Amino acid sequence: MADLSTNMCGIASPNPFWLASGPPTNCGEQVMRAFDAGWGGAVWKTLGEPIVNVSSRLGAVDYKGNKMSGLNNIELITDRPLATNFKEIYEVKKRYPEQALIVSLMVETRKDWKEIIKRSEDAGADGLELNFGCPHGMCERGMGSSVGQEPKILKEITSWAAEFAETPVLVKLTPNISDILDPGIAAVEGGADGLSLINTIKSIIGVNLDKLVPLPTVRDKSTKGGYCGPAVKPIALHMVAELARDRRVTIPISGIGGISSWQDAAEFIALGASTIQVCTAVMHYGYRIVEDMIDGLSNYLDDMNMRSVDDLLNRAIPKFTDWGDLDLNYKVVAEIDHDKCIGCQLCYIACLDGAHQCIHTRQNSCNAYHGESDHGANPRFEIQSPLLHNEKSNIPNHVPLVDESECVGCNLCALICPVPDCISMVERTVEKKTETWNERMVKL
Amino acid sequence: MDKSFVSIPEARLETRFKDAKPLYSETEALTEANRCLFCYDAPCITACPTSIDIPGFIRKITTGNIRGAAQTIFRSNLLGVSTSRVCPVEELCAGACVLTERPINIGRLQRYATETALEWEENNNQKLFNAKPSNDHKVALIGAGPASLSCAAYLALNGIQPVIFEKDTIPGGLNITGIAPYKTQSTDIKNEIDWLCQFGIEIRTGVQVGRDIMTDQLLADFDAIFLGLGLGKDKRLAIPGEDSEGVWGATHLIRMIKIEKQFTLPEDLKSVIVIGGGNTAIDIARELAMLGVPNVDILYRRTILEMPGYKHEFENARRYGVRMIEYEIPDNITNDGKLILHTKHKITGEQSRFESDWIVVAIGQDRHVNELIPGLKVDGKDQVVVDPGTQLTSVPNVYAGGDCINGGKEVVNAVADGRNAAHSILQSLGLEIN
Repeated sequence: MADLSTNMCGIASPNPFWLASGPPTNCGEQVMRAFDAGWGGAVWKTLGEPIVNVSSRLGAVDYKGNKMSGLNNIELITDRPLATNFKEIYEVKKRYPEQALIVSLMVETRKDWKEIIKRSEDAGADGLELNFGCPHGMCERGMGSSVGQEPKILKEITSWAAEFAETPVLVKLTPNISDILDPGIAAVEGGADGLSLINTIKSIIGVNLDKLVPLPTVRDKSTKGGYCGPAVKPIALHMVAELARDRRVTIPISGIGGISSWQDAAEFIALGASTIQVCTAVMHYGYRIVEDMIDGLSNYLDDMNMRSVDDLLNRAIPKFTDWGDLDLNYKVVAEIDHDKCIGCQLCYIACLDGAHQCIHTRQNSCNAYHGESDHGANPRFEIQSPLLHNEKSNIPNHVPLVDESECVGCNLCALICPVPDCISMVERTVEKKTETWNERMVKL
Repeated sequence: MDKSFVSIPEARLETRFKDAKPLYSETEALTEANRCLFCYDAPCITACPTSIDIPGFIRKITTGNIRGAAQTIFRSNLLGVSTSRVCPVEELCAGACVLTERPINIGRLQRYATETALEWEENNNQKLFNAKPSNDHKVALIGAGPASLSCAAYLALNGIQPVIFEKDTIPGGLNITGIAPYKTQSTDIKNEIDWLCQFGIEIRTGVQVGRDIMTDQLLADFDAIFLGLGLGKDKRLAIPGEDSEGVWGATHLIRMIKIEKQFTLPEDLKSVIVIGGGNTAIDIARELAMLGVPNVDILYRRTILEMPGYKHEFENARRYGVRMIEYEIPDNITNDGKLILHTKHKITGEQSRFESDWIVVAIGQDRHVNELIPGLKVDGKDQVVVDPGTQLTSVPNVYAGGDCINGGKEVVNAVADGRNAAHSILQSLGLEIN
């Protein structure tokens, strides 16, 4: 069994799975149940000056029958008294010394930061997370993402926290910026011990078309909210990797954004996340999902002959490069497994209308213009004698054919094919030598 | 597997049957698993006698964590391979699924997870579970059916040496000799027994407790005894003519189909009457119909609505041409070249005669607990009385489970009993339970 224990900038946890700051970490009773379920750490729901929340608060995107592929919220930070929170943090830490307990914070002035950091650490926090990410409500008051979007301010507040704190300080970044390196490097310069990202993405989740009010609706109005859930994972992966590969970012990263399975977590770790944080998936299914994350990741590490999470950390970073460094002489083409194909012809229509017109049916000659005027009448390969789609019907064989000479290797057909491993992209590299765009430009 | 504990002949009639529910492909498994809602406090778990975390293992299938899925299953049910195929899921887990219109095919997903994981074990020479180092404790188990195998496997994993005494020449009990061959074949059960035995189970076949070895000897030599005796021979109708040639006991005939070397049906077997209304009656009727007997009728003293056999099983049997005769009570059997079953109508008292080549009696099995252990308390139906929490019988250190305590339920009930007894035994020995 691989060792799942992690140590991120001095914060130790039995596994890399932390709960992100949010509704699942609102109170002590919840966090204790989460630790019982197996979570390695938790970032306590953001503490700050008392606020009032609205009703309703959440909206979701369902995609083709799958519930909540994306979630948006307009909930603010904790709405419970600070004293209650600190008392519960103390209790949790006392009962669960092994698990990491990080407290998320968001206040305004230097004096406020000093005080809330002291109180958090007195309550037993293993670390602090500065919430510079919240993109709704709090940012209108000069906190949250309004700090995260201004590298100078972010750096200054980070330096206050670093000055006051005795425990590690993580800075939680907002994705609502043009280049994640700007706030990321500002946090490093401000003295942060670690980064966590991404916070939610500014969004409107939808519109109620009967009442013509955006969602989620508060009486007869709505506002922009923070978007999260499985749909945001690619955005988060990119931002984590962008920071992880930059030499100026010398501090560890806690990855957040759409993580709901051990595979998601493994991808984040491979792209530079020392720990990972989960919120939406727990809001959907409960703390119990961590069981599969733990033994799934452990089995995966065993299969990869990796002894610990650290062996996986950053492993995909050297392979993440700029477009100009990709090999222009590499070529793949689509290959359809005729035994697996079920004849839906989705690849045919996707290639014809959405790509490069290189997949053909057995019934029609190629009707695409490939640069030769007569091509439409003469397919470039011999159409095989039509077989029947199945023995019972008279429907002709629906297995399409790929014209390899036209295929650009874009992947679209393989991506939309509903049958696993039916369309594969196979290498047909002719030129053995690699040549990148940057190399070609140097030659000119 | 280096060494097999079970020897089964190659030429068996059961090999003519195809799997009614074949192993899912990866695509099929993923599609089905993704339909599961991952309910909390799921009704399917409550409906499962072994309380497998069904939504939990199905979620693991969706993330490709197949070994994790199999471990979730085996932790609750070490006979997860055979029960995935033998369980009447329509009556148990799937019957409780909240998706009432089209319940999740839980049995087939369980089969996919367990068989795939065991294939991984085989291909990678690895183990999903390793037994704890052995302690000095030993437990004797009587009967090598699913109840004892389940109990023994849990004990073995926890470092106890289990020794199973089986009077038959092969272990497995009804799981190997009695399951309808379109669900599992004896070779599948043999593989499962081999897998369980690698945890450290010793099976002594051909040893009858009470004849070859005495129970007081066992009580002296072992820390505890588990009774997984099952039931006895097919019950008889106790009517004149029952000993005629062509009259079979149902479990005996099924055993012949399952494991008897070169057993075949006579070519001129054109009609069979099966007497009874339970699942064994339905099973043997369907098996005979599937083997090509043109006229198979189930004759029952009450009606379809009252029969204890599962409705879905009877519906399946009907698809192969099995018919039902209701309200007829067997009176006697005569044989003048052809078997004739004389019956009396339950309501009208009218007498009828049914001509047939064979008659199969499927009215249950005898109890055979007898006086195996002095002071062992049995109920009015000759079933061993146990404490439901611990499986402990009226005799100290003697536990029991499976058909001998319930009169004949599902394999999965026996598995649950065996596991629970193992927990009690471990607890009584002050050992930690894994």
